[in-house]
Amino acid sequence: MMRIELVKRPQRSALFSVLSPFIAFALTMIAGGIMFALLGVNPLDAFNIYFIQPISEVWQLHELAIKAAPLILIAVGLSVCYKANIWNIGAEGQFIFGAIFGSIIPVLFPQFEGPLVIPLMLLLGMVGGAFYASIPAFLKTRFSTNEILTSLMLVYVAQLFLDWLVRGPWRDPEGHGFPQTIQFGDSAVLPELMPDAGRANWGFVFALVAAVAIWLMMSRMLKGFEVRVLGSSPRAGRFAGFGFNRMVFFTFLLSGALAGLAGISEVSGAIGQLQPVISPGYGFTAIIVAFLGRLNPLGIVAAGLVLALTYLGGEAVQSALGISDKVARVFQGMLLFFVLGCDTLIHYRIRLIGMALTKANGTAQLEAAPKLEEAR
Amino acid sequence: MKKLLIALMTTAAALSVAATAEAADKLKACWVYTGPIGDFGYSYQHDQGRLQVEKALGDKVETAYLENVSEGPDADRAFERLAREKCKIIFGTSFGFMDAEVKVAKKFPKVMFEHATGYKTGKNLGIYNARFYEGRYVLGQIAAKESKKGLAGYIVSFPIPEVVMGINSFMLGAQSVNPDFKVKIVWVNSWFDPGKEADAAKALFDQGADIIVQHTDSTAALQVAEERKLHGFGQSSDMIKFAPNAQLTALTDEWGPYYISRVQAALDGTWKPDNVWLGIKDGAVKLAPFTNMPDDVKAMAEATTKKIAGGWNPFTGPVSKQDGSPWLKDGEVADDGTLLGMNFYVKGVDDKLPQ
Repeated sequence: MMRIELVKRPQRSALFSVLSPFIAFALTMIAGGIMFALLGVNPLDAFNIYFIQPISEVWQLHELAIKAAPLILIAVGLSVCYKANIWNIGAEGQFIFGAIFGSIIPVLFPQFEGPLVIPLMLLLGMVGGAFYASIPAFLKTRFSTNEILTSLMLVYVAQLFLDWLVRGPWRDPEGHGFPQTIQFGDSAVLPELMPDAGRANWGFVFALVAAVAIWLMMSRMLKGFEVRVLGSSPRAGRFAGFGFNRMVFFTFLLSGALAGLAGISEVSGAIGQLQPVISPGYGFTAIIVAFLGRLNPLGIVAAGLVLALTYLGGEAVQSALGISDKVARVFQGMLLFFVLGCDTLIHYRIRLIGMALTKANGTAQLEAAPKLEEAR
Repeated sequence: MKKLLIALMTTAAALSVAATAEAADKLKACWVYTGPIGDFGYSYQHDQGRLQVEKALGDKVETAYLENVSEGPDADRAFERLAREKCKIIFGTSFGFMDAEVKVAKKFPKVMFEHATGYKTGKNLGIYNARFYEGRYVLGQIAAKESKKGLAGYIVSFPIPEVVMGINSFMLGAQSVNPDFKVKIVWVNSWFDPGKEADAAKALFDQGADIIVQHTDSTAALQVAEERKLHGFGQSSDMIKFAPNAQLTALTDEWGPYYISRVQAALDGTWKPDNVWLGIKDGAVKLAPFTNMPDDVKAMAEATTKKIAGGWNPFTGPVSKQDGSPWLKDGEVADDGTLLGMNFYVKGVDDKLPQ
């Protein structure tokens, strides 16, 4: 009988820290290849359709941008939270509130038109997201509630609030009783970047700008330093005079505003009206994107594009090879599994231990512990 | 950068030329489903229709589908993808695909589009729907006969006209047997969520209902009925395998004949956008064999089905609205427009419509 144990490595390899995402991707491809072979499909054909075709046609590149934009925008904001060791899990709700606030203009004042409409909507969207994120921030700083719980549960409140709005006060009176608002007017629709080539809208540009801006903030500005210090050692941060409560509000408002911007961009650019469901879970998928990108804004851009590609490719193999849509889910799961696995193995090594030695091992571990501490 | 773009475009062009050459002699018909085809309900039935097309038209067609497409921007992409992949006729099978299909249909004027259960049409966009309410009237009659407590539990998805129409028709059927029949309604806000559907069924049984009706797509509620040794009705497909002792009948959708006729029309070049609402008499709505009930109830159900197939409309007056105000006069038949926009209950439904 054998037992497996993870032992912390005294030092992590710089080389493998860089290589790990690529190794993870390679392992995903191997495992995916085996899966396709088992499904009776030539793995090379499948990979061609899954990963190459979606990025070899211009219209699909546009679709990739559409799908990746909200993921990147939200994940970039979340990365700041998580770096500060503050756990905003409710980006989905902030996304929805951004969409609702931003839609106030086209739904309630459809006669208001002109070039000012879009900027105002985007601004309101950010205000809406930030407002909704301020609730868990307030609860945490005032009552020390756990922000994971409050932000998560507020997602359901937001979903039901949107549901109520589009069935009730904001329902399109001409809509045969169906739960949706009126279609936004032309000046309330986020323009497409290159209308002749595909559907991608300005949302993708916002995502890239946000990623670069947050990257600059985190790596070049005092605020970024403050976030990192408070995140890794709150006590040290306090000695440096950084306020923890201020940090909670800063990270929540920032990530909320970005999620809100993603929400209004999605509704205004891609959907064109409010309906009961406006997000296939972007706020939650963005958490995965944030970690796949290692909480680095530029890494998040890459991670967002890769994850968007798994969605598009999943559809492509479905229509071309008649394979179930579950394949895309399996791919995403495998990718995450291998990334986390590789990361774990950078920090830890595996030790196999025979069961007979368990007793002796207990003391051995006690002895080993101080050494490990020293090594650090 | 420019070179790369040119290279990409030539490859794309080469690929598309190859694809056309290959598919030139076959007509490609495509479907977009909102649920998984393994739901054994709504999307499954549409996919059965697709398979019937393959079987009936054989070499002349090839088919493709996308399942589990969420209603929103993903739907736009799904239709665009199929249109670009040389589908000649595309069926969108869920109400929520309406605006996506309208948009994409405008962009691809040479592709034929069909949308189920919606109301927007276009030059190359037709709509089709089935009169499920006809079957629900029969379910109501059976429920009223079979329920010992005179109380049915009704699991519903969204308060859209299609669903409200179904509840009303069920109630009118039940009231024709037992004027005091009651129904308890639970909204689960999803078309397919086996967990929620099962919870709703348990809650309804716990509150005293002894028959379950659903306007959601999974088999979960019937399976709960099977466990409790109570009864229920299958939805969209015949679910007798999942509840051999509980299913009284199932309200099933038969899309095959319609799909075959439309794809054939596309092959012949006679396809035109249409607006059809098919019912029991067209064979699009069918009731699965009546099981687990006494012969007299079965005879009544069969007689009613025949009457509806003969052209009788369950929404024939006198019918009052929930608040008691008159809606249909004696002998008056509801027009299709009112039914398709239905947002009120008939008398006797003890629920407030979510507004």
